[in-house]
Amino acid sequence: MSQELRHIRVKVNGQWYEADVEPRMLLVDLLRDVLGFTGVHIGCDTGHCGACTVIMDGRSVKSCMVLAVQADGSEIMTVEGLEKDGQLHPLQEAFWENHALQCGYCTPGQLMSAYFLLSRNPNPSEEEIRKAIEGNLCRCTGYVNIVKAIKAAALKMSSSKAG
Amino acid sequence: MSKAPPEIISLYTQDSSALTLKWLGKPLKPKEDYRLVRGRGTFVDDIQLPRMAYMAFLRSPYSHARIKRIDVSRAKSMPGVLLVWTGDDIKRRMRPLPQATPPPARNAIDYPLAVDKVRFQGEPVAMVVAESRYIAEDAVNQIDVDYEPLPAVVDAERALEPGAPLVHEEVGTNLIAHVHYKWGDVDYYFQHADLVVEAKFHYHRFTGAPLETNAVVADYDERADVMTIYCNNQAPMEWLPQLSAGLNMPYPKLRVVTRDIGGGFGTKLINYVYMILAALASKELKRPVKYMETRTENLQAAAHNAERTCTVSAAVRKDGTVLALRMRCVDDDGAYSRHEPAGMTVWAQVSTGMYKIRALENDYYAVFTNKCPSTSIRGFSRAPHLFMIERIMDRIARRLGMDPAEIRMKNLVGPEEMPYMTPSGGIYDSGNWPEGLRRALEAADYWGWRKRQEELRRQGRIIGVGVVVGSDSAGPNMAQVKMYNPGLPYTGGTEGALVQMTPDGKVRVILGSSPQGMGHETTAAQVVADVLDVSYDDIYVQTGFDSFSSVYTMHSGTYGSRFAPIGLSAVYLAAARLKEKLAKIAAYLLKCPEGDVVIENGAARCAKDPQRSMELRRIARIAYGNVNELPPGMEPGLYSLAIFRPPFQNPDENRRANLALTYSYNVHVVVVEIDPETGMPKILSYTALEDSGRIVNPLIVDGQVHGAIAHGVAEALYEKYHYDENGNLLNPTFVDYLVPTALEIPDMKVIHMETPSPFTPTGAKGMGEGGGTAVQAVISAVEDALAPLGGELGESHADPETILRILKGAARGKSEV
Ligand code: FES
Ligand code: FES
Repeated sequence: MSQELRHIRVKVNGQWYEADVEPRMLLVDLLRDVLGFTGVHIGCDTGHCGACTVIMDGRSVKSCMVLAVQADGSEIMTVEGLEKDGQLHPLQEAFWENHALQCGYCTPGQLMSAYFLLSRNPNPSEEEIRKAIEGNLCRCTGYVNIVKAIKAAALKMSSSKAG
Repeated sequence: MSKAPPEIISLYTQDSSALTLKWLGKPLKPKEDYRLVRGRGTFVDDIQLPRMAYMAFLRSPYSHARIKRIDVSRAKSMPGVLLVWTGDDIKRRMRPLPQATPPPARNAIDYPLAVDKVRFQGEPVAMVVAESRYIAEDAVNQIDVDYEPLPAVVDAERALEPGAPLVHEEVGTNLIAHVHYKWGDVDYYFQHADLVVEAKFHYHRFTGAPLETNAVVADYDERADVMTIYCNNQAPMEWLPQLSAGLNMPYPKLRVVTRDIGGGFGTKLINYVYMILAALASKELKRPVKYMETRTENLQAAAHNAERTCTVSAAVRKDGTVLALRMRCVDDDGAYSRHEPAGMTVWAQVSTGMYKIRALENDYYAVFTNKCPSTSIRGFSRAPHLFMIERIMDRIARRLGMDPAEIRMKNLVGPEEMPYMTPSGGIYDSGNWPEGLRRALEAADYWGWRKRQEELRRQGRIIGVGVVVGSDSAGPNMAQVKMYNPGLPYTGGTEGALVQMTPDGKVRVILGSSPQGMGHETTAAQVVADVLDVSYDDIYVQTGFDSFSSVYTMHSGTYGSRFAPIGLSAVYLAAARLKEKLAKIAAYLLKCPEGDVVIENGAARCAKDPQRSMELRRIARIAYGNVNELPPGMEPGLYSLAIFRPPFQNPDENRRANLALTYSYNVHVVVVEIDPETGMPKILSYTALEDSGRIVNPLIVDGQVHGAIAHGVAEALYEKYHYDENGNLLNPTFVDYLVPTALEIPDMKVIHMETPSPFTPTGAKGMGEGGGTAVQAVISAVEDALAPLGGELGESHADPETILRILKGAARGKSEV
């Protein structure tokens, strides 16, 4: 049943957007269908696949498990926000170099979970990496190259900081 | 049986003289990945069109029921609802879907929406198209259906018994087809065997669960009278007869497009039912219509693999030589034949596995049940068949007190016998399989593990080691389907490609395939770069398939590991022809004898006089614009189109034929430890050797090996569908259908051999399905762990409960099977 619309504001990848949304609209639908951030993917209906992972107010969330109205006033980062001035983020570089993807459907979610991990823990162990992407299913890669890529990016980011 | 006759070998052998080997084999960064790491792929659900409407389905809660009445009035009257259809509305608009099955199964009536009766849980019963996804789903909930539940048939063997409920009354039986295969003198070998080893195995039901579910956007353009269908079907042109039954439009008016596809693994072959429904609705409403399947719909009702149950007996000599096999198999194909019963023939690609088995008999049945329709999930039909063979090999070894590695070494086809012809007429193209086994054993420290296993066993730990061999037979000969229905007009296995040098000297490539993450843009660019010796970066491969621009045949698509052997061969041919034309033009312009023209580094030069040279882009400019400079009479432009056709033939009267173009080889060695408390196996070590011929891009080949192992491990340990006796699927969501995460999939060691195929111009072989080898390997290891306790596994899935039962049985001092 259509319900009364609610006015919300969200900051996505550094820019504020306003929208009138049904209270039941999911954040993932707002991001994809209303705001056009189609890099946020949908892979399930139970919150299990992680394809929809974004960073909301500094934490990684599954945007299919959040209502758009709950994101009112929030700052969100999607995969589209990783690139800076046409430069790929080191994680994106590492995913490309290590072929950490095949179909690419899980990739945006993997990248955001990895981004969140590295923001907390710049030198994660393999175990910590696997744990961090536990909520991000990949059906193509067997995770081998994803783990490898996250390690490589961590190394590159910490050495570029040190240097 | 023995080396293939020379006339066959020369028929199959391909010319590869246009290769420069400068670009093949390099780990070039995949072209697709750049857009995908930026979240800029175009998946079906990313397509937004003006005035787009959304489709949703009401699905049957019953596996088998008569539809007595459907009341759509409440749904229809909801604001925002544009259309509500039931089976009757569809029946008025289209012919039933064509059936590939022989009579009487051919009498089955199949519509994309259930008519009169539902035959599996989750079958669509009614559809709503509305202004938004949310409204469409709301309206679905307002449709009332009166069902009269009917007894269901969920067990394939029972489905064949007299009096079993009939899935299709019109057919009069649940039998889809029966084929009796017999190759070689099976009876003789069984009479002369030292021993006969017998077992019964079940290959369980699972699915590919690609992360992107089925999706379609149909957009009918009334002005042009053109129907555009954006879809994620893996082989859209294979289904032209189906689309035509649904849409009744001439093919030139039917534009089918794929872009990025979020995985397929065989599940996305039979989503043509959604393509038809969305297209019919779009035509009716004159608006674009989108459908995006939910995960639960996908797991419940999209496509499963066919379960297979086989009894296998092997005629064996005391020294471990396996002489012949006798089998009886039953495939459970589910409620409709939308792709199956192809599986009852496709296994014959690898009839005798990797071994010199001399004769084989297989009494084969395919049946309808009240379960989700099945298709060709990764490893299709060959994986279950190799499972049967590899399992019986382990049983034979145990009976003879031989090591499983030894019995395999003893029976493997040797390199001197390649190309090897199997009793069923298959032609294994190349490889040194015993050497591959040796290398894999060494890389895995197999003998070291055997020693450690003994020591650890003494400490009470339950350790198992599995070693199996397998093949991705690849690039199928579709004439295989003639073995169940000789009347089918569908044979061969071809693919098209267009390679165009544009006037600026860059290269545009269009493929007939519909990849789902296999890196076709990358490998096609590498082959073109290699043949033309131009930069990889100057090659632009169109993403996906478009029936308005792609060169296609009715085999086109991405399934059966066919791109490397067949698709890339078309790319090679098109590029080689383009190179010839460039050389002709260069010869004329450089005043150089044609045979002396060398195309290298983006230029053409005269071998005799290197001063005389010209960049290819200058030639390109001339070919399109400065045409008076071209050799007289030469056709302008630099378009090159090729369709590769392997020299396949139809099965003969004894059903002998080569059914695939290439046969890659893999050996997997796995070590598991079983937790005695939980019964859960843990993988301690995983090693895979892969020989898939010439490696075009090692990043992509390794990725495919990893993915195939992950799927195999998942199938063996985590993923299994459970139906109850009423045909209710008990685990249709990611909560209970256990797709493994990064914590469950082990690290793996992958090593390679590289034996080019003589039967493809690039030398590459198809790979990526893994031949189910990982399933075999894990089950083999688990059974090896349980063997001293007297336990054997009868299935391709080793769930902890079964293992615990075996452990408890052993504790009680008796063995269980
Ligand atoms: S879409 Fe699967 S977790 Fe959000
Ligand atoms: S790359 Fe396909 S799901 Fe991960």
